[in-house]
Amino acid sequence: MKSFTFERVDSPAAATMAFTRTPGARFIAGGTNLLDLMKLEIETPGHLIDVSRLGLDKIEPTSDGGVRIGAMVRNTDLAADARIRRDYGLIARALVAGASGQLRNKATTAGNLLQRTRCPYFYDTNQPCNKRKPGSGCAAIAGFSRNHAIVGASDACIATHPSDMAVAMQVLDAAVETVDAAGETRSIGLADLYRAPGNTPQLETVLAPGELITAVTLPKPIGGTHIYHKVRDRASYAFALISVGVVVQRDGSGRVALGGVGYKPWRARSADAELPRGAKAATAVLLADAKATHENAYKLPLVERTLASVLAQAKG
Amino acid sequence: MKFDTPATDNPIDQLKIIGKPTDRVDGPLKTSGTAPYAYERHDVVPNQAYGYVVGSAIAKGQIASMDLKEAKAAPGVLAVVTAASAGMLGKGDFNTAKLLGGPEIQHYHQAVALVVAESFEQARSAAALVRVQYTRSKGNFDLAKSLDGAIKPPASFGAEADSRFGDFDAAFASAPVKLDARYTTPDHSHAMMEPHASIASWDGDKLTLWTSNQMIAWSVGDVAKTLGIPKEKVRLVSPYIGGGFGGKLFVRSDAILAALGAKAAGRPVKVALQRPLIINNTTHRPATIQRIRLGATTDGKLTAIGHESWSGDLKGGGPETAVGQTRLLYAAPNRMTAMRLAVLDLPEGNAMRAPGEAPGLMALEIAIDEMAEKLGIDPVAFRILNDTQVDPEKPERPFSQRRLNECLTMGAEKFGWKDRSPKPGLTRDGRWLVGTGVAAAFRNNINEKSAARVRLDRNGMVIVETDMTDIGTGSYTIIAQTAAEMLGVPLTQVEVRLGDSLFPVSAGSGGQWGANSSTAGVYAACMKLRTAIIDKLRFDPADAVFDKGKVRSRGKSIALAKAAASGEIVAEDLMEYGDLGQKFQQSTFGAHFVEAAVDAATGEIRIRRMLAVCAAGRILNPKAARSQVIGAMTMGAGAALMEELAVDKRFGFFVNHDLAGYEVPVHADIPSQEVIFLDEVDPTTSPMKAKGVGELGICGVAAAVANAVYHATGIRVRNYPVTLDKLIDKLPDVA
Ligand SMILES: Cc1cc2nc3c(=O)[nH]c(=O)nc-3n(C[C@H](O)[C@H](O)[C@H](O)COP(=O)(O)OP(=O)(O)OC[C@H]3O[C@@H](n4cnc5c(N)ncnc54)[C@H](O)[C@@H]3O)c2cc1C
Ligand code: SF4
Repeated sequence: MKSFTFERVDSPAAATMAFTRTPGARFIAGGTNLLDLMKLEIETPGHLIDVSRLGLDKIEPTSDGGVRIGAMVRNTDLAADARIRRDYGLIARALVAGASGQLRNKATTAGNLLQRTRCPYFYDTNQPCNKRKPGSGCAAIAGFSRNHAIVGASDACIATHPSDMAVAMQVLDAAVETVDAAGETRSIGLADLYRAPGNTPQLETVLAPGELITAVTLPKPIGGTHIYHKVRDRASYAFALISVGVVVQRDGSGRVALGGVGYKPWRARSADAELPRGAKAATAVLLADAKATHENAYKLPLVERTLASVLAQAKG
Repeated sequence: MKFDTPATDNPIDQLKIIGKPTDRVDGPLKTSGTAPYAYERHDVVPNQAYGYVVGSAIAKGQIASMDLKEAKAAPGVLAVVTAASAGMLGKGDFNTAKLLGGPEIQHYHQAVALVVAESFEQARSAAALVRVQYTRSKGNFDLAKSLDGAIKPPASFGAEADSRFGDFDAAFASAPVKLDARYTTPDHSHAMMEPHASIASWDGDKLTLWTSNQMIAWSVGDVAKTLGIPKEKVRLVSPYIGGGFGGKLFVRSDAILAALGAKAAGRPVKVALQRPLIINNTTHRPATIQRIRLGATTDGKLTAIGHESWSGDLKGGGPETAVGQTRLLYAAPNRMTAMRLAVLDLPEGNAMRAPGEAPGLMALEIAIDEMAEKLGIDPVAFRILNDTQVDPEKPERPFSQRRLNECLTMGAEKFGWKDRSPKPGLTRDGRWLVGTGVAAAFRNNINEKSAARVRLDRNGMVIVETDMTDIGTGSYTIIAQTAAEMLGVPLTQVEVRLGDSLFPVSAGSGGQWGANSSTAGVYAACMKLRTAIIDKLRFDPADAVFDKGKVRSRGKSIALAKAAASGEIVAEDLMEYGDLGQKFQQSTFGAHFVEAAVDAATGEIRIRRMLAVCAAGRILNPKAARSQVIGAMTMGAGAALMEELAVDKRFGFFVNHDLAGYEVPVHADIPSQEVIFLDEVDPTTSPMKAKGVGELGICGVAAAVANAVYHATGIRVRNYPVTLDKLIDKLPDVA
């Protein structure tokens, strides 16, 4: 770990200003991902701006009947919130399927969305990795790729986004609210937050340097049956091999997103439209452009089978 | 004391303290976080500096150049140790690759430098500034592609690479029912909780190492040999060990580099291996490829057993002895086994909990299940039918005790085996396909000579000193129980001091020999102390009784404290062994039963319950023994369902080298475990009449799980771990 300086700020404006003052700085929230990466010198910020006390820790109703989740709401608190459990159950279920109790106590909503991949080559600084060291190559493509992406990947990177919560939020049409150094705010649909790896896998989101996430908003509840199925070898405390989040309505219509298959939670409105016709039809759309390695081809049948199982459960 | 005739009645047989479920005497220290582990010994020597290890970035080749300028100039840095600066270093007897590499690199993450600094953070930060240029050479990292070049290794631990009995080829060829199958087991990591860690301090030419090590005397020898100093100048202290599983049988780079770092910095240095380094820097259980051939008559008698195993290691290393148990487990008049060893440039392989038997039984006990099915015989009955009470390769040699059949029968009864359908894939519970599996457990008993010193002090306290280690197994407790039983005092009147090379040399912790061997050594010393006390009191040895803190003889009764009133009474002795272990085959046995459920859609596998029935001689402390067995069953579940070091065959290393990537079971994986010990004593093993259980518990578990998965799904997986990607294409269609 490189030495760094640290400051704590008490407002979003102070946070973005601090960033402008110290280029190369990073925001730190729960630190459960960033600090691990700093210890291994995968991330080497010279300055940390602690954004955990900005007052962004509330879950409030919005005027259009939805809800605004402060960026610093802890994963544990979000999963336990009565309104989230009632109206957005998928999010609570996805959260408690992730990490461990201790980690969820620290981890924040924004930090969770911006956590980085778990590709083991990304974590080993001796290995080639375009995401960590642009241009060095991708060790995973012809290597140990059992947990890697089957959709949206490129010849430069086949890493997945590991968040469970983001999959649920994607199903529920979440958007991210941000503020930048100039005080400009914007709202970005979650689907548009993440960038495809292309030739620049080191660029993971559309956020500008120093742009701070202040909240995640959810539109008004859509009812239905919420199921999050996270498939893994170990029963707990393991990242998803794949995951399937669905909201299914009584008439069989619904929405679906996949985790563990791509650089972002994988959703397609045209796949939602196929849901009433069943798992095969919806999967055909979701995985239309899938490309597997010899080690992760099992994910192709696994997605369809898991979706089928989840749809059967939703029927009751 | 020499143990060369079977034990008769002795003070241990009173069973007032031995044999009782007894809480750990070190439990309060462990649960309150006050047991001093190596890295936390801030108190033992002042002015400790911190060392951080740099591991090689390549698997094989040479260091072309090293630039230490930046690292040396970094804040707080006191010294940088490399092979170039360390002077001539030897190699220990127990490690294959050098513990400080360079210029030659023998495996990935082989240590190439230690950076010593005032703080841990400074050392870690400076370690990243050590610039190394490497020249890679081509390495061999693929076991499956190395079978042709594999050689017959020399005998290891007295076991020859090959064995033959009867005429296997003819018998197999003519057997009416046959199995010929290939199985693979992957590389495994010990993944113990406490990292390898050491604090080194020099006093002139004398070195003290506070470390985490299972085998004190071996390691004193290897530290001395590596550093080129006399053994007498090395002291090792390792009273508490946060798990070892064989990974700490030997000296590793933390200890050697701490010693070199302390020398270079001129002050004490502490080093812990960082978690991402441990997997490639230290040892692991090597992968195997195994071929098993079984031939039987139509009524289920095995006529031919053949077991071959291939494994790899660095040049100069040894094989994984995966065929050992097959020489002893089932009867058959025609047999062959063979081990072959390939040279691989992966990190070095070595012992991990039940080396040989653990991976050997992972294969053999699936093969037995497959054969039972071919024969249409229940797998419990099939095993019982092929029991042997003698060493099948040397029929004149009986087992000292062999109650495998009872383990199987009792297990079947307790588990509810009789309700099981013989056909797989028939039981459904909602989304889940449910099945049950069984496997035999087998692990040899080993006795190692072991010494102890016992003191009776003026307060009547009994103090035991031996370099035996407690790696979380309960050694402190069973040694205290032994001394208490022998001297007729309560446990609270015994103090046990372990893990210091100043103490008499014990068996150490390995090969499940620790419990029986170390307590037998304490028995010998206590016998001597009893004699010394009786002499001192001028009692008649024929009728002296040690009981309730007193010695009684001919109506007289004197408190132990009084016997030592004029000065501490000290006795030291060693237990050695004659040829009972050769005359008799001493082994431990068990039966594992597992119920597992497989998600019919996703193939996710979840264990529902596990039962082990063990026959392992006298159980010295049923509570500690149960903990050993449930821990071992958990490890077996890991081997069955998730543990695998992923080999990158291009770059030559284990890719998933941290505990996020190398998954071991968590609580949610292990819902219900039950352990039953048969009431058994084995008078041929020692006066304790005990054997080990710590390794028996893992033997066969993975196969029982794999067999349960087969029974649930009808899909046979022969390549561990049994994961959903190996089932997914064969599972029933989903709607
Ligand atoms: C052992 C382990 C297991 C895990 N298992 C799972 C799992 O199964 N499923 C799962 O989903 N996750 C898992 N996680 C990941 C965990 O969810 C994340 O580490 C956590 O959510 C990150 O949140 P944080 O607040 O600690 O983020 P930090 O580490 O503080 O920050 C993460 C990133 O977000 C940036 N950031 C933080 N806040 C803001 C903001 N307001 N605006 C802009 N940028 C910001 C930081 O600069 C940093 O780049 C696991 C983590 C560990 C260590
Ligand atoms: S998949 Fe992406 S993160 Fe992994 S090694 Fe390749 S470039 Fe790096």
